[in-house]
Amino acid sequence: MIGKSRHLLGLDGLAAADLTRVLDAAVGMKEVSRRKIKKVPTLRGKTVVNLFFEPSTRTRTSFEIAAKRLSADAVNFTASASSTVKGETLIDTVKNIESMAPDVVVIRHKYSGATHMLSDRLRCSVVNAGDGSNQHPSQGLLDLYTVREKKGNLKGLKVVIAGDITHSRVARSDIYGFTRMGAEVFVTGPPTMIPPGIEHMGAKVAPSFEAGIEGADVIIMLRIQLERRSGALIPGLREYARFFGLNAQRLKLAKEDVLVMHPGPINRGVEISSEIADGIQSVILEQVENGVAVRMAILYLLCGGTDEVAD
Amino acid sequence: MKWLIKGGRILDPASGRDEVADILLEDGVIAGVGKQIVESRGAGKVQAKGLLVLPGMLDMHCHLREPGFEYKETVASGAAAAVKGGITSVMCMANTNPVNDGASVTAYILDKAADAGLARVYPVGSVTKGMKGESLSEMGELAAAGCVAVSDDGHPVPNGEIMRRAIQYSAAFGLFVIDHAEDLSIAGEGVMHEGYVSTMLGLEGIPTSAAVSEMARNIALLREFGGRIHIAHVSTRSAVDLIRNARAEGLDVTAETCPHYFTLDQEAVIGYDTSAKVKPPLRTADDVQGVIEGLADGTIEVIATDHAPHHADEKDVEFDLAAFGISGLETALALTLGLVEKGRLSLMDAFTKWTVNPARIAGLPGGRLEAGQPADVIVVDADREWTVDPAAFLSKGRNTPFRGMKVRGQVVNTFVGGNMVFDRAKGITR
Amino acid sequence: MKGRRWRRILDHLEIDRAVKRIAFEILERNKGPRDLVLVGIPTPGPILAERIRRHMENVEGVRVPTGSLDITFYRDDIDARPRPMPKSTAIPVDVTGKTVILVDDVLYTGRTVRAALDALMDHGRPSKVQLAVLVDRGHRELPIRADFVGRNIPTGRHEEVHVLLTERGDKVDEVIIGEGEIS
Repeated sequence: MIGKSRHLLGLDGLAAADLTRVLDAAVGMKEVSRRKIKKVPTLRGKTVVNLFFEPSTRTRTSFEIAAKRLSADAVNFTASASSTVKGETLIDTVKNIESMAPDVVVIRHKYSGATHMLSDRLRCSVVNAGDGSNQHPSQGLLDLYTVREKKGNLKGLKVVIAGDITHSRVARSDIYGFTRMGAEVFVTGPPTMIPPGIEHMGAKVAPSFEAGIEGADVIIMLRIQLERRSGALIPGLREYARFFGLNAQRLKLAKEDVLVMHPGPINRGVEISSEIADGIQSVILEQVENGVAVRMAILYLLCGGTDEVAD
Repeated sequence: MKWLIKGGRILDPASGRDEVADILLEDGVIAGVGKQIVESRGAGKVQAKGLLVLPGMLDMHCHLREPGFEYKETVASGAAAAVKGGITSVMCMANTNPVNDGASVTAYILDKAADAGLARVYPVGSVTKGMKGESLSEMGELAAAGCVAVSDDGHPVPNGEIMRRAIQYSAAFGLFVIDHAEDLSIAGEGVMHEGYVSTMLGLEGIPTSAAVSEMARNIALLREFGGRIHIAHVSTRSAVDLIRNARAEGLDVTAETCPHYFTLDQEAVIGYDTSAKVKPPLRTADDVQGVIEGLADGTIEVIATDHAPHHADEKDVEFDLAAFGISGLETALALTLGLVEKGRLSLMDAFTKWTVNPARIAGLPGGRLEAGQPADVIVVDADREWTVDPAAFLSKGRNTPFRGMKVRGQVVNTFVGGNMVFDRAKGITR
Repeated sequence: MKGRRWRRILDHLEIDRAVKRIAFEILERNKGPRDLVLVGIPTPGPILAERIRRHMENVEGVRVPTGSLDITFYRDDIDARPRPMPKSTAIPVDVTGKTVILVDDVLYTGRTVRAALDALMDHGRPSKVQLAVLVDRGHRELPIRADFVGRNIPTGRHEEVHVLLTERGDKVDEVIIGEGEIS
C-alpha cells in the first residue's frame, strides 16, 4: 500500500506522510544496492511484469533491477509490436498478462490516463511508469529522494522546472511531489510550452527563465524533443539552447549549492550544456542510482503485505 | 384508436396555455383540448392527474448511425430511445456510412423509420459530397427525398467558399445549413477543453476559440451574402455572445445547445472518464453559466440532444482513442427539468426550446397542443426521481456521463400520430 | 509502573550485571577482542551491543567494531503483516573472516535469528557467528540456541516479554513479562 492505494498512478492524492514513507523505505533499499551482494529475498516468489507500450530502456531497466534486487521475478513485455494488433484493445492485452498472475504490473504507455483505466480493471497492483503527458510518479519520487538526501529537508526549497511543461509527465509528478513536501515550485520555458492553469496544481509560472533560476535550490531541466507538432511550439533546437538552455552563465543566478537535475536522457548542448551536465552541481547520475532504490521501495510497499498501513 | 388524456396539466408553449384540462387524440391529430371533454366512446383513457401533458419534443440534432454503424445504433433503436425520452421527432445527421449525401440514403433512412413506426424521423443531408468539404451535395435531390436541412455535423466545413455557397444554394430548396462550428487548425489533436483540467490530466486541449473562430467566419458570410444558419451545440459563453450580437444585427442565425453543456463542465473528465469525452468538449463553469444565460435571454432558441451513441468498445479505451459523444435521448427531458428546478428557466421557456421553436426553425409539423395538430403528445411525471442507469437504455449507446446521477422527471406515455408508442410500465407499445 | 498483569523479571542492576557477564564470557570464549564484531538486531539489539562494547573497552581498552543489522528483508512472515519499514543496517567493517556476535534482546522462536543469519551472510562470510541474548524465554521453533544468555526465563506462549532501555526513551532499564495492554 502507498497512501490508501494498492496502485501507484500519480503523486496527486498522496500526503506528505505517504511520500515520506516511500522515501524512508528507499533509504534501506539504497543500502542494499551498495552491498557486494545486492540482493535480498524479500519478494521471493513474486512476479513483476514490465509492460512497456512505449520504448524506454532506462525506466524499464531500473524497474527490472529493482525487482531482481528484491528477488522478485521480473518479466519484460515490450508491447510496441503486439499491442497494436488490430482488434485487441489495451484492456485485452493487459487482461492477458494478468491471467499469468503477476503481483505487480509496471506500465508505460503513450496515452495519458492509460494506467488509470487499467487499474480499475485489474486485481494486481499497477505502477505507472509514465503515461502520456500525465505523470511519472517513480521519477517524481526519485527526484524527491535525491533532493532530500542532499538537502536534508524539502521544506522551503525553491525548485524550478524548465522546459516543455505542457507535455512533461515528469513535471506533473514533480509539481505534486515537491509542493506536497513544502517546496516552492516554479515552472519556466517558452510560453508555448507552459500549459494554462498550471497554478491549479500548485506551481508558479516564473516571469522568465532567469527569474526562475535566480536563487533556486534545485533546477530540473526537461528533455526537449523535436516531434512532429513541435514546429508550432519552438522554431528549433539551436534557438532553444540559446534562450532556454541551462549554461554556466545562467547557473550563476542560482544558489551556490544548487542541484542540477534531469530525468534523462539528456540532450547535451540543447537544454543543458555539457559542462553543467558533468559539473559538480549535477546530480543526474545519482538520480539514476536513487531511481533503483526508490523503485525497490515502491515494489516492496505494493507487492504483498496486508492492506493495513504499518507505522 | 382514440385516446383521451384526462386531468393533466396541459402545457403548450405555442399558445401559452397552462391549465388542467383534458385532451382528445383522434385520427392522428389532436381533436380537442378543453375542460371536461365528454368521454367519447371507445377511447383509451389515460389518467394524467398530477402529470404534465406536453407536445412531443423535437430533437433537431441526433445521430441514428444507420446505415453503416448499426452496431452503435439503428434507426429503430434510436427511435425507441427517443420516444422513451419524450422525443417524438428527430432530425438525424448525415455522418452515416455511406454519408447521407444523396436520395438513396435518405430514402433508406426514411424506410427504416417507417418500419420502426415510433418517432418521426427527418434526415439531414450532408453539405458536401461524402462530407469531404470539397464540393456541394446534391441538395435539390436531398430535399426532394425528404431531407429538411443540410449539415456536415461531426466535421466543420473548413473551406469558406464552400460554406458561403452552401448557405446560398440550400435556400433554393427550402433547406438551411446546420453549422458544426470548429476550426480544426485550432482544435488540433485536442480531446477535451483546454484549461486547468487538461493541464492537470496531461491531455491535449481544444481551445474555446476553435468554435468561435469558425462561427465568426460564417456569421461574416451571412452578413455579406444573406441567408440563414443554425448553429449546432453551442458550448461557450463567447459563442453565445457572438450569436447574440449577430441576432441583434438582424442576421438570421439560430442556435441550439445540449443538456450536457448546461449541466456539466470540464471537471467531468477528471479520472479520464471517456463518457464525458464529447465534441465540442465540456467547457468551464463560466461557459455553463454563459450557455444558461443564452437560453434564458432567448439567444439560444433550441435545446437538442446531439445524441451520439457509441459501442462500449469505442469508449472502453485510452482517453485519446475514445470516440467523442454522449448518448442523450433518454436523459434530455430530466436534465432540462433539472435546469428548470434550479430556477434558471421557466418550465414554459424550457419546453418552448424543445417544441415550437425547433418546429418553426426546421419547418416541421408538431410541437403544439391545438386542435388539428399532429397528435404527438407526451405525459410526464415531473416529480418522479430516478437514477440514470445506462443498462436500462433503449438506445444501443450506453455512453453517458450521467450514469448513476439522480435526476427528476420521467415520461409516462408518449403518443406519436395519435398512437401510444411508449408506456412507462409496458415499455415500447407498438 | 505497569498494570497488575505485568511483572518485572529483571531490574536495572540485574540487566547491567547480565550484560557485563555476557561481555566477559564473549571475551573469554574468544580469547580476547581480536577479530570480534558486535552486530545488534534492531531494535534494541544495537543498544545492547553498544553496552557490551563499552564493557569490553573498559576491560581490554580496545574498541570492538559494533553495528546494526536489519532483518526486515529476510523475515519469513513479511506477507502476513503490513509492510514494515526497513530499519538501518550499518556494519562498520567487512565481516568476512571475523567472529560476529549477533546481539538480540529476547530469544523466542528463533525465527528472528534465522533471518539475521541470512542477512549477515549477504554482508560477507564470517569465520564464526555466535549469539548473545539478554533473555531466553524458550519455545524454539527452529534448531537455534544462544551462546551467551543473560537470563533463562520460563514463559507461557501467551505471555509477552518486553525489554525496556533508557537509550530508547524508556524511564528505567527493566525486563517485564505479562499479557494484554501495558497500562
